[in-house]
Amino acid sequence: MKAYGVRWALLLPPGLVLFALFVVPVLMMVITSFRPDLRGGPFAWGWDPTLQHYQNVIGGGDYLPLLATSARIALLVAFLACALAYPVAYFLAFRVGRSTSLLLTLLIIPFWSSYLLRTIAWKIILGSNGALNSFLGFLGLTNATAPILLYSRSAVVVTLIYVWLPFVALPIYAGLLRIDRSLLEASADLGASRFQSFRKVTLPLSMPGVIAAFVMVFIPTVGEYVAPILVGGTRGSLYGNIIEILFGDGINWPLGSAMALLMLVGVFILILALAKVLRVRNLIEAVER
Amino acid sequence: MNGPSVELVGVSKRYGEVLAVDDIYLAVGEGEFFSILGPSGCGKTSTLRMIAGFEFPTAGVLRINGMEMTDVPANRRNVNMVFQNYALFPHLSVNENVAFGLRVKGMENSVIDERVAEALAMVQLEGMHHRKPAQLSGGQQQRVALARALVNRPAVLLLDEPLGALDQKLRKEMQFELKRLQREVGITFVYVTHDQEEALTMSDRIAVMNDGRVLQVDDSASLYDRPSTRFVANFIGTSNFLTGRAVRLEGSVGEFEVAGVGTVKAQPAGPISEGSTTSLMIRPERLRLNASEPGDNSVDGLVDESIFVGNDILYLVRLKDGTVFTIRDQNKGPEARTAVRAGDPVRLSWAPAATTIVSD
Amino acid sequence: MISRFRILPAYYAFLVVLLYLPLLVLLLFSFNDGTALSFPLRGFTTDWYEGMLANGQLLAAARNSAVVGVGVSTVATVLGTLAAIALVRYKFPGKTLFLMVAVTPLLVPFLILGVALLILFSALDVDRSLLTVGAAHVVVAIPYTVLIVASRLVGFNRNLEEAAYDLGASFSYFLRRVLVPLIAPAMLAAWLVAFTVSFDEFVLASFTIGREPTLPVFIFGQVRFANRFPQVVALASVVMVLSLGMVLLAQRLQRAWTRR
Repeated sequence: MKAYGVRWALLLPPGLVLFALFVVPVLMMVITSFRPDLRGGPFAWGWDPTLQHYQNVIGGGDYLPLLATSARIALLVAFLACALAYPVAYFLAFRVGRSTSLLLTLLIIPFWSSYLLRTIAWKIILGSNGALNSFLGFLGLTNATAPILLYSRSAVVVTLIYVWLPFVALPIYAGLLRIDRSLLEASADLGASRFQSFRKVTLPLSMPGVIAAFVMVFIPTVGEYVAPILVGGTRGSLYGNIIEILFGDGINWPLGSAMALLMLVGVFILILALAKVLRVRNLIEAVER
Repeated sequence: MNGPSVELVGVSKRYGEVLAVDDIYLAVGEGEFFSILGPSGCGKTSTLRMIAGFEFPTAGVLRINGMEMTDVPANRRNVNMVFQNYALFPHLSVNENVAFGLRVKGMENSVIDERVAEALAMVQLEGMHHRKPAQLSGGQQQRVALARALVNRPAVLLLDEPLGALDQKLRKEMQFELKRLQREVGITFVYVTHDQEEALTMSDRIAVMNDGRVLQVDDSASLYDRPSTRFVANFIGTSNFLTGRAVRLEGSVGEFEVAGVGTVKAQPAGPISEGSTTSLMIRPERLRLNASEPGDNSVDGLVDESIFVGNDILYLVRLKDGTVFTIRDQNKGPEARTAVRAGDPVRLSWAPAATTIVSD
Repeated sequence: MISRFRILPAYYAFLVVLLYLPLLVLLLFSFNDGTALSFPLRGFTTDWYEGMLANGQLLAAARNSAVVGVGVSTVATVLGTLAAIALVRYKFPGKTLFLMVAVTPLLVPFLILGVALLILFSALDVDRSLLTVGAAHVVVAIPYTVLIVASRLVGFNRNLEEAAYDLGASFSYFLRRVLVPLIAPAMLAAWLVAFTVSFDEFVLASFTIGREPTLPVFIFGQVRFANRFPQVVALASVVMVLSLGMVLLAQRLQRAWTRR
């Protein structure tokens, strides 16, 4: 029954797949970042490891500033998405009774429609011939032909917040649900006003859920490149775009790998710093939920 | 089949550092209602699980109906268990739950239907065949669990504190039910519980366990009247203790010297070693208040409290050396209740035969 | 006090409307008689839907996405279920490590994953194709399937396994007749989620794609062609409605087994 064999039969298939398609590729990318070039193909041996790509990125050029900018934008998007989603999550967790499930689903559905399409939708809306502009022109409110907002960093930020908003509400909602209601009753019993109860009890206790949501938005967004292409224009280009080019037309895989790795490391460091600042020890559990 | 139904010979169970079951010997007779009684953590559940085959002894031998089954896994033993939380399959109807064991054996549908109907009738649950467990009350779920086990006609039926989740009244009803069922079916029952009243009510014999060891195996009356250790005396009912030094044995009466009380007489079952110190136990209902008879032991004290518990009155009496005795007296009406009050001096007396010599 | 009560629901309503607006705008334009995606509207037409149905490339891309989606969902659900069973029911060394590795694909930017897989496939001299896209999607679908099935298993009464053995069942009988029937709704929900993840996924697909495009890749390529774009919008609307349907179904199932 508890035969050892069962355990391995269960773990081997997913384990192998994850190892071969996740762990190994990332390791290969790490290795590639130390190669001077790709002579001999990706699997060749006999090259001397070099730090030149790292030096390129860290030393001169706009790479690091751009990474910093991308990180800043990601932080902004994550922060604003969480802030905007919090009241909605609170509403669903505390104020609604029977129809919670329905309202929650209603909120989530947009997230499950194509990310690409929602971004394109914004491109359409914000463009100079776009819906927004033409709608306003139709109403006679404006006859400007310049695109409002489009092709800028702000467009990227707005679009990304819009895309992530429904998703962010979920972990925050789950975290709020788990708060023991009797704690709030105790707080009221001890004389706290509703706002005080919220500030001293609900808000701190909801933090694990918020942090989880924040991290789940922040990390993917640092590497975001699609939104910049569609709505960012030339000024909206981010770190991820450069990596994409290096693996596309601008063929320089080692450099691209180095940049990708630096991004990963940077993100990791930021998360650790965030964890220290916010004293979060149950981040993993929150993510698991 | 004349030998014991279940036999544990020198069985121990170790979990890492912890010795849950420590070298126990048990022999359960065929057709017996046998209980294993003890506080939580005493090893009774581990023992039951070893009989069931979910755990295997770290040492010792286990036999069922004479055949060695020490390392045989659960699904190959002719033993069935009723779980504490019933463990009914939520996706199967009552019928299918009960039929599960029979289907595993590949019996024919007609035979299965017959046996299932029989089992459900036995536990008085006809008419519920197509319901799902979630639609049943706790008591009903428990009967389904019983039927599911019994339908397989096992050699031994194991019950793991099955009445724990039921309310008082239902518990009492089910206790009688189970006893009746066992007598009707004639199968050996091994019943695990921490409730001594339950064990005393239902069992033919009881094994009292603590800390992984079996302290005493006896029928209810013997356990109650002649507990072998202080722990057993305390666990089964309430006890009052005195510490005495053996003085001499005259005929069937033994005399003990108890500090602050004087000579206390007992009727020991066997020889006593003079000069040895031992515990003397008296049950609360054997003590009389201000009603001595010739030949009685007696001691004086002060009433601390009198507590009304419905059919009885409990008195807490403080002796000279500070020991508090509990006396249980029948409630014979309002006058009896006011006769003795807190603060009153009283004389407690009891017959020598009521003194039990207890080791430890 | 009373005003606070009104603010929250109002905020919710406002946000939901804002979320749906662009989608509705798209839907609107898919019926618009004109290629420019701007106001004023020109008139109602179903031309674009008809054109979409005739557009071979478009339909081929959609079919590719569907095929990949089905394959990915099935593989990811099976693998995720196996992993979930192992994680919830058994102890083994390195459990935490395994869990982390299983969940991490969700935390790594897809750009990096896509790039890493590109390196892997070219090193192994594997031609990029729909198969490689499928492989990439399986990796990112597994965290979802593991979490969905595991959360169902966690609430699963452990005694049920022992009860089955007690009644004579073998491990395989237990799996077939007790465990799988009970987690089937969760597995289905996981399947649907994995399908949606794969069907709409763009970044990984664009790095691992071969000659045959998936739908998102195709759509991305069509963005610049204004005259063909409304057909894309029409298809997008259809896809959107279908995805909605699937997600609602998944939600239904999750609610059904939570009630047990």
